[in-house]
Amino acid sequence: MSDSPVAVEHHGLELRHHFATAEQQRDAASLGMWLFLGTEIMFFGGMFCAYLVYRLWYFNEFAAGSRSLNIWLGTINTIVLICSSLTVALGVRAAQMGKRTLLVILLVLTLIFGLAFLGIKGVEWYAKYKEHHIPGASFDASDLVRDYPQIHIDQSHEQIYFSLYFAMTGLHALHMIIGVGIFLYLLYHAAKGRYGPQYYTPIEMGGLYWHFVDVVWIYLFPLLYLIDRKPLG
Amino acid sequence: MATTVITPERENYLNQEYGIRSWLLTTDHKRIALLYLVSITFFFFIGGFFALLIRLELLTPAGDLVQADTYNKLFTMHGQVMIFFFLIPSIPAVLGNFLVPLMIGAKDLAFPRINLLSWYLYIIAGILMLHCIVTGGVDTGWTFYTPFSTAFSNTKVIEAGLSIFVAGFSSILTGLNFVVTIHRMRAPGMTWSRLPLFIWAHYATSIIQLLGTPVLAVTLVLVVFERAFHLGIFDPTRGGDPLLFQHLFWFYSHPAVYIMILPAMGVVAEIVPCFSRKRIFGYKAIALSSIAIAVFGFLVWAHHMFVAGISLYSALIFSALSYLVAVPSAIKVFNWTATMYKGSITFSTPMLYAFGFIGLFTMGGLTGLFLAALGIDVHVTDTYFVIAHFHYIMVGGAVMGYLGGMHFWWPKISGRMYPEWLGKFAALIVFLGFNLTFFPQFILGYMGMPRRYWQYPPEFQVLNVLSTAGSTILAVGYVLPMVYFLWSMRYGKLADDNPWGAAGLEWQTTSPPPTFNFDHEPEVTWEAYNYDQIPAPVEEVSVER
Repeated sequence: MSDSPVAVEHHGLELRHHFATAEQQRDAASLGMWLFLGTEIMFFGGMFCAYLVYRLWYFNEFAAGSRSLNIWLGTINTIVLICSSLTVALGVRAAQMGKRTLLVILLVLTLIFGLAFLGIKGVEWYAKYKEHHIPGASFDASDLVRDYPQIHIDQSHEQIYFSLYFAMTGLHALHMIIGVGIFLYLLYHAAKGRYGPQYYTPIEMGGLYWHFVDVVWIYLFPLLYLIDRKPLG
Repeated sequence: MATTVITPERENYLNQEYGIRSWLLTTDHKRIALLYLVSITFFFFIGGFFALLIRLELLTPAGDLVQADTYNKLFTMHGQVMIFFFLIPSIPAVLGNFLVPLMIGAKDLAFPRINLLSWYLYIIAGILMLHCIVTGGVDTGWTFYTPFSTAFSNTKVIEAGLSIFVAGFSSILTGLNFVVTIHRMRAPGMTWSRLPLFIWAHYATSIIQLLGTPVLAVTLVLVVFERAFHLGIFDPTRGGDPLLFQHLFWFYSHPAVYIMILPAMGVVAEIVPCFSRKRIFGYKAIALSSIAIAVFGFLVWAHHMFVAGISLYSALIFSALSYLVAVPSAIKVFNWTATMYKGSITFSTPMLYAFGFIGLFTMGGLTGLFLAALGIDVHVTDTYFVIAHFHYIMVGGAVMGYLGGMHFWWPKISGRMYPEWLGKFAALIVFLGFNLTFFPQFILGYMGMPRRYWQYPPEFQVLNVLSTAGSTILAVGYVLPMVYFLWSMRYGKLADDNPWGAAGLEWQTTSPPPTFNFDHEPEVTWEAYNYDQIPAPVEEVSVER
């Protein structure tokens, strides 16, 4: 390498001093992101494990809780999130092709979809708040006991369903909020023209994160909303 | 290259920049390692202070120095500080941070800024923990067992939980950085089969950190939520399951033992061949046994729960699986011993620590087999036998490895030599003090003295006095190196680039190394541990100040 490593630091296209080539830098970022997503899977995995145990134990309460969720808002949110993943994927392509305006538009669309998801989620949470379905001192699932006389519902077990519902969707929403922050950062730098065919790693990495958060929802939606929707006999 | 003349003015990572900003905003892995060194030493002495108070209380059978509530807090804070703020970051964050790029011939870790971030997360977690300690502490035991921690304890569980949550992310980021660095940043010619075993050990450790720590994080989130909002997930009176907590907790916390011991094994694998002047015996077996320990480590967690009410069949399976861990551990011990066989051994300070490690780790490991055996475990669960066992692994193993590594690489880190006779003396003190402290606890535990009580029947007193006496000797052994390391930074003999005649890229650059580690990018054309081609060091090659 060069005799004076400090001089290398600022020349070249965003190549940091300790990497030999841009390709090595991109590979490192990509591997790092995938490993991080691996830790995220383990992070959510703990909750999925708790969900599995209690769903097997308290199926009636889980089914009743699931029926009380707004399936239409959940479905719309799923579509919104899939659309945002599409705009992200197209955005990475736009960056690779060096289409700056298209990239900015796609990033803005992604942000709109992401915020729409959070807004709809907020509406759903507010409805749960109104119904006293938020775990804690004011939790009251007597409406579910009344609505489903065919099955036995234990209120404290119902609270476990809603605890997991809020913990899982809450952590997912937290990841969405972090994602919005990341995409605001990317949008700012994309608008300044920092990304192009030579350097689009941040867009790609931000995209990976966004897809991951999307995939988590793809699992959460059926697990929380679609437990047992067939009519009670 | 190794024989270049040393001039005190030569530019290195320590003297390139001065001032507090150049340290707090540094992205140099070597400087971050030193930041970690200072902070974990601080927490080591805090944790040690709690340990001494525990031992002082147990000097007499009556609960006289502190009352039960205070005692509960003492052993809790001792455990939490020592595990999360000393043992887990110790070797990886200090020696690993310093050495991983040097050993593989890289200029820095793959993500230098994330490396700095991990230190700041550690500091935030540490401040939270200190605040928690001075405002009352926690009394749940380091394990946070529910429902006591979520429904009954009226101490600062939430704050301690958040602190360890943040510390966990610091640990994850370090592990992530190491894995990417080892995969992507190796110098030309540094193939996987030429990597130092220290690197293999850190690779295995990082895998555990990446896969295990997030589970602990989410478990603590659930505990905090449960305590704050009374969810009922772990509360049996509301349909929750405390065993689920224990499963999730030990899924991380058993592998965490290997986060502590694997790096120490890596250190020993560097020291032993160097002071035996021989190529390491069974390179591949040692490398793969590190990976095997990381994998098996994830399959044995429920052996912490044999008496917690899990089914006999799952207990049987976990008991059998726990024995598996002994296989790669024994492979390592046998290979180190075989390396020494017919070697030309020098009894220098790092080697004394390596000897100590091998002996104490073997004892800790063998008593671990007692505990893996279902029948014996039921008898000695929650007694001092368990305490003695895991202190043989964590203090006799991990801390011995850490101190051995600090002595071995101190010339590289500081550019100075420590006084060798004091080093040997301290190593001896540590070994004697350690055994006097913890060996009696095996006997106490087997006689039935339970852990976590502030008073005990008078017939246990003699052994407890021995243990307390040992702990004060051990404390002296730990303070000594800190004193002479600090002394050596100013007054120590200037170190040669390769004072031990050791193999490994880190010894081919200057002591201390320049900011970007190597003046020329190294190219590796030799196999690891080629001691047959490296001359043993001649006495007194260093330049006197």
